Amino acid sequence: MPTVSVNKYDLYEALGQKYTTEEFDELCFEFGIELDEDTENDPDRPKDQPPQLKIEIPANRYDMLCHEGISLMLNIFRGRASIPNYRVVAPANSEVHQITIHKETTKIRPYVSAAVLRGIKFTQDRYDSFIALQDKLHQNLCRQRTLVSMGTHDLDTVKGPYTYEALPPEEIVFAPLNQEKVMNGKELMEFYKNDKNLGRYLHIIRDSPVYPVILDASRNVCSLPPIINSNLSKITLDTRNVFIEVTATDRTKVEIVTNILVAMFSQYCDDPFTVEPVKIISPHNNESRQVPNMTPHSTTAEVSYINSCCGLQLSAPEVCTMLDKMAYTAKPSSSDPNLLDIDVPVTRADVLHQCDIMEDVAIGYGFNNLPRTFPGKSGTIAAPLPINKLTDIVRLEAAMCGWSEVLPLILCSHDENFAWLNRKDDGHTAVRLANPKTAEYQIVRTSLLPGVLKTIRENRKHSLPIKIFEVSDVAFKDEKLERKSRNERHFCAAICGKTSGFEAVHGLLDRVMAMLNTGVSETGAMEQEGYWIEETDEPTYFPGRAASIWTRHQHGKKQSIGTFGILHPSVLEKFEIPYPVSTLELNLEVFL
Amino acid sequence: MATELATRVLHSLNDASELPLASSEAFPDVESTVLKGALDSLQSREMLVYKTIDREEPILTEEAEGIVREGSHEAKVYEAVCVAMDGIKISELPRIVGAATAKVGQGKAFKEGWIKKDGDRLLKKVASINDTTRDQLQLIKAKQTTPEPALLAELKKRKLITLQKRINFKINKGPKFALEVVKEETDLTAEMIASGAWKDKIFKPYNFAALGAHTPSGALHPLNKVRSEFRNIFFEMGFTEMPTNRFVESGFWNFDTLFVPQQHPARDLQDTFYISDPAVADKPRDDETGEFLAEYWENVRGVHEDGKFGSLGYRYPWKEEESLRLVLRTHTTAISANILHKLAKNPRPARYFSIDRVFRNESVDATHLAEFHQVEGVIADYNLTLGDLIGFMQEFFQKMGVHQLRFKPAYNPYTEPSMEIFGYHEGLGKWVEIGNSGMFRPEMLETMGLPKDMRAHGWGLSLERPTMIRYKVNNIRELVGHKVDLGFVESNAAVRLDRG
Repeated sequence: MPTVSVNKYDLYEALGQKYTTEEFDELCFEFGIELDEDTENDPDRPKDQPPQLKIEIPANRYDMLCHEGISLMLNIFRGRASIPNYRVVAPANSEVHQITIHKETTKIRPYVSAAVLRGIKFTQDRYDSFIALQDKLHQNLCRQRTLVSMGTHDLDTVKGPYTYEALPPEEIVFAPLNQEKVMNGKELMEFYKNDKNLGRYLHIIRDSPVYPVILDASRNVCSLPPIINSNLSKITLDTRNVFIEVTATDRTKVEIVTNILVAMFSQYCDDPFTVEPVKIISPHNNESRQVPNMTPHSTTAEVSYINSCCGLQLSAPEVCTMLDKMAYTAKPSSSDPNLLDIDVPVTRADVLHQCDIMEDVAIGYGFNNLPRTFPGKSGTIAAPLPINKLTDIVRLEAAMCGWSEVLPLILCSHDENFAWLNRKDDGHTAVRLANPKTAEYQIVRTSLLPGVLKTIRENRKHSLPIKIFEVSDVAFKDEKLERKSRNERHFCAAICGKTSGFEAVHGLLDRVMAMLNTGVSETGAMEQEGYWIEETDEPTYFPGRAASIWTRHQHGKKQSIGTFGILHPSVLEKFEIPYPVSTLELNLEVFL
Repeated sequence: MATELATRVLHSLNDASELPLASSEAFPDVESTVLKGALDSLQSREMLVYKTIDREEPILTEEAEGIVREGSHEAKVYEAVCVAMDGIKISELPRIVGAATAKVGQGKAFKEGWIKKDGDRLLKKVASINDTTRDQLQLIKAKQTTPEPALLAELKKRKLITLQKRINFKINKGPKFALEVVKEETDLTAEMIASGAWKDKIFKPYNFAALGAHTPSGALHPLNKVRSEFRNIFFEMGFTEMPTNRFVESGFWNFDTLFVPQQHPARDLQDTFYISDPAVADKPRDDETGEFLAEYWENVRGVHEDGKFGSLGYRYPWKEEESLRLVLRTHTTAISANILHKLAKNPRPARYFSIDRVFRNESVDATHLAEFHQVEGVIADYNLTLGDLIGFMQEFFQKMGVHQLRFKPAYNPYTEPSMEIFGYHEGLGKWVEIGNSGMFRPEMLETMGLPKDMRAHGWGLSLERPTMIRYKVNNIRELVGHKVDLGFVESNAAVRLDRG
């Protein structure tokens, strides 16, 4: 969730009321934003700076990522304002601005939207908010500028008509924002390589043969999206006319971003809430149009659906009252008494379905005012997952035998799971992670041993013997399945002491088998169900001190379900355990 | 020895003309520590009772013992003078009575007026003397009584007595007084029960202040103990456990089916573990028949790409390859989606839950691990209301000892409305966020083929957070993972969430 910092005094002035921190927190809670911090009493706040309110905004409310949006929405919610009527007004005495999109841009960043704010008056606060909003949008909705990015320019420093092209980097030559040095696209990538702020966006276009560029009629570079604007068209506090260009790889979000920027700052124009249109000429992909479109999205919602979901019996006009608080324009439909005709604010692109409208009715009514009922009409019968029920049997038996349960991690390093256990990876076994942040997490474990042994390592100071167990899942690759892998429930136990403890894990095995109603079978006897053990030479274990565990079930097929034994000293060395350890690990799935 | 002394004490008590018996009189020869041992043992059998009296007693110095034996220095000088018929030369005196006696005794005898000086000779002055010093010391030694203060001070000054702390006992008969010490039994044995001997035995009283013997025991992990408490709450409320034994999911089940758009930040490499091997899932198929779920697949594509089921959709080109990328599930809701899709074959009221591990590609710190346990509940029913969800949460959290709840509007791509659940924590004295909940979006449910009037509530919380609050653990690494202290596992109490 983005956090927006606003000037506390300015916000309270805009809201026409001074709040205590608790009161404002309550208002935020009711509306669904969250007051994170009030810096009024923060000793670190410089004396000459006004206190800030740090407000967390839910990820869908891009329309509240600045002071202007927050105060507008809260004022509407409190009945002190209504949604402005945003108007697109063509310039009276000049041509409509125009951007022609070249076909090559489809190779890198195909979509453009734009707008002109005429006669805007910046103050330092407004200017800061304008920049901060662009930054918040870039971080969130624009997905770090990969989907969308904005460039804003002093319209009076450039001259239309404009073109949006994709050119080889060497052919794009300009002085970037706040730089005097003129450079080409290649040099620019080098220049900003280590820049803390811009460095992280370079990858979006760096390796492309062509870079996107907005040019004016004299082929001056306006911006190199999504990296940086030109210094030529830089906005200052004195700028009166702002040219906004928005480029994108996502044709829906390009308009959303333009609309929000226009909606938030058109109030500072000489003719408030007006915007000048820009003509986009893009015949190659049928994207020619005039932008922005500030007309609210008209839709309908069912009163019965809203009431049914909320558990309310509101009349259509009452529902409209709730929606008014949430910045909608709603009225009962003349054609159907169950329908409402609703205008969704142009800034609310997150409203996709009448369920979104229903939620806003519930917020307007107050979540905590809704009648609390219990969904008791239908009876359902509870049931545990069979493998979990089996797991609990084994867990309880092991604990009753005096072993303590541990809970290591499921992700581990490749070495811990293979090399350290003297096991080889055949490449068809373990699920590997593509993008872990540390070498601790490379694969999903295929054995419970690594975690159990690491737990012993970290508890070396515990009194001996250490007797621990875990019943949990490991995962294996499985090409036959839709998700190409499967989990398997394992039981693992380990004893660490002055002596090896082989007979202790063997005894635990016998006990658990007895509790699972699995008797000892004559070795391999076909007709007999049960389990037996055979010596094995797995290199995980000390030679001659390891056994594999076999079962035969009703169908007569025998199956090896696990092993136990004294760990090989080379394994102990890897896990830094200075005492002998015996372990037991088996697959529980066969007992389902 | 000990028995002998005990018998002697008992006999002395029996024979005493007057009680209580003073140990200083009855047993002056017995060391007080030895006597105390015998008395304690008899007192524990209630055969006697005693009180300890600490007091200071005069002890004769070596010099004083000499006086008691042979008389005082002055008396010895007088005797010597008497023995010699015509007195003693002063210079001869040390040779006759010893230097020390001569030095002290001569002056003292003059002072007492027992002897006189005649030239260089000493002559007796009185016919007989009374050796008071010797008498006093003899009396003190015999009675061990302290003389009156002036005399005590003088004797101390003359270094004839010192005061020593002495422990005495006043002993009286106890309720079970007898002359014989009966052997006490420490334990009731099978033999005693068989023979009936226990009836006549006397049992040694227990020290009830001591701890019992340490019992070796196994232990369940505290997080799993909280888990089973949660599971029981779900079972009490009619929930069926979902098959969450599947860590690897496709983007389809983990995100797309939940109406999480393909550009959503949750799908970033920064947040989700992608799988490099195996990397690509098959298209979704029916678990029973193995057939490709073509209609569902197309519905999901449609609802994202163009909008469907009354939704505008996200309007972006939905990519199959993104949907088929394999991930470690980031939430158990991937399983919930699968189960709800199965429910659409035969829609009916249902309640599901799961508590299992989920994975996030997070940087590890005191409150975050790359894996944690998600508790998830799902209720599907016809015409469920938001009030039902709130009311249900009230009942659910009541069973965990949280009685005051309030709900904050929130955002989640697959629930609308979405509510954060806040509970008032009595111990912390504040509202804390305890979970997330909401109604699953129609874009998710109708895409699966569930009827329009069937709604589903979902809620989730982490298992770790309530466990950390319950066991007062501040660092998640002390609760989950191999660094957990086994002592903590072995010693933590039962959960009993309902008792707060």
